[in-house]
Amino acid sequence: MSLAAARLDTTFAALADPTRRAIIVRLAQGPASVGELAQPFAMSQPAISRHLKVLETAGLISGGKDAQRRPRRLEAQPLAEATAFLEAFRAFWETRFTELDQVLEDLKAQTNEGDVP
Amino acid sequence: MTKLIVTQSGDRDLIVTRVFNAPRALVFKALAEPALVQRWMLGPPGWTMPVCEIDLRPGGKFRYVWRNTAGVDMGMGGTYLEVEPPARTVHEEIFEEDWTGGRTRITTLLAEVGGITTMTMTIEYASPEGRAQALATPMLDGMESGYSTLDTLLEAMSQPA
Repeated sequence: MSLAAARLDTTFAALADPTRRAIIVRLAQGPASVGELAQPFAMSQPAISRHLKVLETAGLISGGKDAQRRPRRLEAQPLAEATAFLEAFRAFWETRFTELDQVLEDLKAQTNEGDVP
Repeated sequence: MTKLIVTQSGDRDLIVTRVFNAPRALVFKALAEPALVQRWMLGPPGWTMPVCEIDLRPGGKFRYVWRNTAGVDMGMGGTYLEVEPPARTVHEEIFEEDWTGGRTRITTLLAEVGGITTMTMTIEYASPEGRAQALATPMLDGMESGYSTLDTLLEAMSQPA
């Protein structure tokens, strides 16, 4: 697997969990402590800390070096990369389907002329 | 109306949705007849599809080959598992230079309302890593090589004869 793909896979895997996605959404509003992040969830601080560890390993958040007190913040780069790859994939298929639109217009014209059974 | 939507589902699926302004019988035909597929199933910029063979029946094989101006081939082949015209096909495919970590299973659904067809293509990669690899590699690498071929061609064309 290429380095880019490995990074992307780590990002996607980190975002596959609903609690971790909710943490990302919360951090998008600004930095927060573990206590603040744990509050909306029916979950212990250690459980939240494990999710934070996964997000940190994926490079999606930072600021966790000083135990519980230091606020976590969102790191935009991996998210931006994941979005860019999806956008490139989308653009590739959109180019194909724009051609397919033209093929379909031609087929419709032929059908109207009665050339196609 | 025709906007293409790509969503991730689970840890190894991608779902591609697109609306076409045509009845699904015609969309199905455009997905199944080689002469039509060759017109729209483009490779990266600068690549053509000289080989397109489709045996559209359960167990039938297909093979596509894209070629760039330097004569480099990129092949893909597979097998149809289910064929229900004009509503649904299921097939498995793999690039000959396998970069998606094994076979990919694709379910294509066509739903028509009043002459407008919605295509939903579920692409199931062999693994989460395969999906990441598919997103990270063929499009970007392929496009890059397509563009660099184009650059070479333009450079050659701008040289005095």
